[in-house]
Amino acid sequence: MKLQISTSLALYSVLEFAASPGHQVSAADIAAKYKVSTHHLAKVLRELVRADIIESTRGVGGGYRFRANARRLTLMDVIDLFEDIGGRTGGSRDRAGSTDVGRALGVVLAEIDDIAKATFRSITIGTMLKLIERQGRAGEKTQIPPKAVRRN
Amino acid sequence: MTEPPPAGADLRVRPVEAADLDQVIAIDADITGKTKPDYWFELFHRYGASRSRQRLFLVAEAGGDIQGFIIGEVRDWEFGSPPCGWVFGISVRPGARLAGIGTRLLEAICAGFRHAGVNEVRTLIARDNSLVLSFFRSQGMMAAPFIPLEKDLR
Repeated sequence: MKLQISTSLALYSVLEFAASPGHQVSAADIAAKYKVSTHHLAKVLRELVRADIIESTRGVGGGYRFRANARRLTLMDVIDLFEDIGGRTGGSRDRAGSTDVGRALGVVLAEIDDIAKATFRSITIGTMLKLIERQGRAGEKTQIPPKAVRRN
Repeated sequence: MTEPPPAGADLRVRPVEAADLDQVIAIDADITGKTKPDYWFELFHRYGASRSRQRLFLVAEAGGDIQGFIIGEVRDWEFGSPPCGWVFGISVRPGARLAGIGTRLLEAICAGFRHAGVNEVRTLIARDNSLVLSFFRSQGMMAAPFIPLEKDLR
């Protein structure tokens, strides 16, 4: 499945802020890391501030700080701010949805949406941070150590 | 009503005993809203009393009271899968949650599964049970390569 760009940006940002609790992170740093426009990112961050997930900090080196509870905030809580997963694939919502084929396809798509939503609801930001850490460790293990690289 | 374990109380995870069943039944009834003594005595007979390496029924005890329990077993070649451990029941007294009891119970049953020679643990949870789904996710569990299916037989 694919999330909208704003949703993905929001998730990247929330995870970046949550990874440094108590510290301020600048929007420019996030925009550079994920290669996105600061203008687009600013709109996403404003929405996250409105939802009380992050707060903006003023002054020299101002930026944003994580404000929510990482053990309670789920991926779905963030996604819900930007898109309606169930609303975009309902086969019954377009014209073909009124046909038998359209309705049957709608049932299957709704099933997929339900599984996706349950998954997003079950994963907290805290769990994601642990997953990122595990993947980082696994990545280190699979990298070839410099001494093992064959030089010609 | 049993009080939650005091902070720092020694928590012990051990195999269930017959004398624990009343508290196990009460915890389950508190959470599910249904008292099922026959079901729990049957489970105790199959998983607790037999002390099999393949079947595990463990309780977490603190302050002299049972604070939670976990049940599971090793299943061989079911659903076409090599032997693996299945957790099919875990509960922690609502007032004792967020104290790491569920984590200790899961760690203990996983140790039992490893002892029985398996390297994988699975479970199955209702899609709308976000609380328990979140718990297992927080323990590093990911989606398994299976899709549960059902059909209405009425």
